[in-house]
Amino acid sequence: MLDRRAFVKELLSDRGDLLVVSGLGSPTYDTAAAGDHPLNFYLWGAMGGTAMIGLGLALAQPNRRVAVLTGDGDMLMGIGSLATIGVKQPNNLAIVVLDNAHYGETGMQPSATKSGIDLVATALACRFKLARAVSRIEEATGVRELLHSGEGPILVSARIKEEDVPRVLPIRDGHVIKNRFIEALKS
Amino acid sequence: MPSGTILQTLAKIETSWPDTIYAHLRRVGVRQVGYVPDAGHSRLIEHCQADNSITDVVLTTEEEGVGLVAGAALGGQRAALLMQSSGVGNCINMFSLLKNCGFGCVIFVTMRGEFGEFNPWQVPMGAITEDVLRLAGFLTYRIDEADDIDDVVGAACDMAFDGNLQVAILLSQRLIGRKQWTK
Repeated sequence: MLDRRAFVKELLSDRGDLLVVSGLGSPTYDTAAAGDHPLNFYLWGAMGGTAMIGLGLALAQPNRRVAVLTGDGDMLMGIGSLATIGVKQPNNLAIVVLDNAHYGETGMQPSATKSGIDLVATALACRFKLARAVSRIEEATGVRELLHSGEGPILVSARIKEEDVPRVLPIRDGHVIKNRFIEALKS
Repeated sequence: MPSGTILQTLAKIETSWPDTIYAHLRRVGVRQVGYVPDAGHSRLIEHCQADNSITDVVLTTEEEGVGLVAGAALGGQRAALLMQSSGVGNCINMFSLLKNCGFGCVIFVTMRGEFGEFNPWQVPMGAITEDVLRLAGFLTYRIDEADDIDDVVGAACDMAFDGNLQVAILLSQRLIGRKQWTK
């Protein structure tokens, strides 16, 4: 099982012009812990919508790479968006599900993936070009390469440890998060 | 039975107002359109599908479209959503994304559950659609007459995208025509 912070830090190392959308709760904290960046769109709510924000961004910026980092709870809530993404086949979009099979923000209640509901198989059934699970830190470099050059849509289920790690809180003002992202993308 | 007259009237309406909406989407540079398929929006959807400058995105549920609008805006593109009044109910929590970040958004809502509605199961959501939108922070403009389409849609698109406001156009069942159940 992966240490979530070490894994995300590796994914976002030497990130270049990668565009990142992070799902509410721990994935947003993990993304912030890897280093604040104006091309991070941190979600603090809108549960279930992270992958679709990634799709809208990927369609608008076909020459840039878009990475969605989110949790199993958010991905399950927006599971229909895997079908929507599969229809559009954005080749520049990759989703990494940080999957601890629990709802960490609310007290670690088990999620559907705990019962074996398989997001990798779901993504493949939704015509994702590539979907796989990873559980060893040695695999992080390969996932990072997928974010930068893999043919999308891609989904990686990263099996992370069931642990509560200290929160790293990025900016919370949605207007600021949005505006600095848009400005950074223009420049 | 004056059915011939009614059908002619419906046919005329159906060929005019979607074209006007489409013209405004083009005018303001909308590049992505998300929708759950809907009979009332069918002609407008066909226009969007046929337009190479517009990416049409068929959604599994309307709330996905709210995320789409936000993502498009982050990437520098304008997006519009088409949905039935029942779909508004599916979006409520996701609308908070638009308010929290100030994403401009225009939604075209075909109304069900009101004038001449055949199916009572459409009524509870249709009866609260406009109130729900207002509570969620939308400006709402209701259109009953085809003659109002051009002015109202034009103003709504400008307000949404020039002012980063959330605007919904409610296309009344009287405008769209009653759903036909005769076949």
